[in-house]
Amino acid sequence: MIPFEYHRATSVGDAVATLARRPGAMFLAGGTNLVDHLKLGLVAPTLLVDVGHLPLTDVDELPDGTLRIGAEVRNSDLAAHPVVRTRYPVLSRALLSAASGQLRNVATTAGNLLQRTRCAYFQDLTTPCNKRAPGTGCSAIGGYTRYHAILGASEHCAAVHPSDMAVALTALDAQVVFSSLAGEDRLPLSEFYRLPGDRPDLDTTLPPGALITAVDVPPPPQGARSTYRKVRDRASYAFALTSVAAELVVDDGVVHGARIALGGVAHRPWRATRAERALLGAPATEDSFWAAATVELDAASPLAGNEFKVELTRRAIVSTLSDLSEGRRP
Amino acid sequence: MSDPQARTRTPEFTTEVTVHVDGTKHAVRVDNRVTVLDLLRDHLGVTAPKKGCDHGQCGACTVLLDGRRATTCLALAVSHDGADVVTAAGLGTVDALHPVAQAFVDHDGFQCGYCTPGHICSAVGMLDELESGAPSHVSADLDQTAELTAAEIRERMSGNLCRCAAYPNIVAAIASVAGRSDPRKVTP
Repeated sequence: MIPFEYHRATSVGDAVATLARRPGAMFLAGGTNLVDHLKLGLVAPTLLVDVGHLPLTDVDELPDGTLRIGAEVRNSDLAAHPVVRTRYPVLSRALLSAASGQLRNVATTAGNLLQRTRCAYFQDLTTPCNKRAPGTGCSAIGGYTRYHAILGASEHCAAVHPSDMAVALTALDAQVVFSSLAGEDRLPLSEFYRLPGDRPDLDTTLPPGALITAVDVPPPPQGARSTYRKVRDRASYAFALTSVAAELVVDDGVVHGARIALGGVAHRPWRATRAERALLGAPATEDSFWAAATVELDAASPLAGNEFKVELTRRAIVSTLSDLSEGRRP
Repeated sequence: MSDPQARTRTPEFTTEVTVHVDGTKHAVRVDNRVTVLDLLRDHLGVTAPKKGCDHGQCGACTVLLDGRRATTCLALAVSHDGADVVTAAGLGTVDALHPVAQAFVDHDGFQCGYCTPGHICSAVGMLDELESGAPSHVSADLDQTAELTAAEIRERMSGNLCRCAAYPNIVAAIASVAGRSDPRKVTP
């Protein structure tokens, strides 16, 4: 780790301006991913701008029903927030399925969104990786692929996004609010994350130097039920092999609304729009759920060694939707 | 820069921080790269928190940081200027152990003991979280305060590893503090 300077930001404007003045500077918030990366030698900032003490720790209900989550709200606080628990169980459950109690107490909302992939090759400086060192190649393709993509990968990168929270927020049509020298702007999560293509070094479309200040979550539709199902190699404290964030509106046995996002299977949280379309107006039965999951996963192109994740994901989608339609807790 | 050590000694790469550790105030100038864990162990001689993985995965370095359990290996000291730290050593005294520490002794909740200070701090923080009504991944109902079943304890303590695998007794120890008459009969 090379020595770095430290600046505790006094305001959002101060943070953005300080970062802009210093090439090689990075924002620090909870540090649960960044400090690990400093130790691993993945990043070598010359200045850390600490935004973790900015007063962005409120969760507010806006007049139009939107829930505005401050960028520095800790994962544990967000998961336990009364409005999140009642109105957005999918978000609460996604947060609770991630990391450990100690890490959730520290990790922030914005930091969770911006955490990097846990691809073992990305984190290992001794192996080629296009995400870490563009142009060196992808060690995962042809390597150990259990934790890699089955959807949307390119020949340059098969890494998956590690967040659970972001999968739930993607299903909920959340928007990321950020500040830069150009002022305040926002991006829907569906446009915030990107597929690797030939630029796997870029995880998001967030403009360079921008600071996330909040995440806006619109109110769920009337009668919606939502939950999060995570499938992993250990019962707790492990990243997803596959995960399903789902919200269902069922009336009189018919699906009136479905929002589904998948985790652990792509470079970004994967919004299952084909499955959603297939479900609208369909009877809320296991057959419908199976057909919808299959339509979505027809697009899958697994790597040698992770073919099992297609079937695993199909079954996770079906069981999650079945649980929701029957009012069971997954 | 050819000599990183020389840079380390220059003022712009160091910061004066004040921390309160187990009731004692310390003011020290630290290299900005120093974690709270290294500050405690190497600079202040507070060795209750242990260095296991140093990557936030094992929980051996857990303390109560401003009242909440946290891994100190992923926390930079500069970012915690003014922080209040309580380690396992500060939770009680040798003559009057904290109830959670006493329960670990009573239930034989350790073998080599290396992970134990982290486990004890984590358990204390976890019981506070439970009391505040925070749900967990295994809680059936997000709106109800969970009952501390063995499954809840295992889930909430999953950030602490024990290489000796004293887990059954650790669960029993924690269950006993939470007021169970017979911790071995905790609902699975």
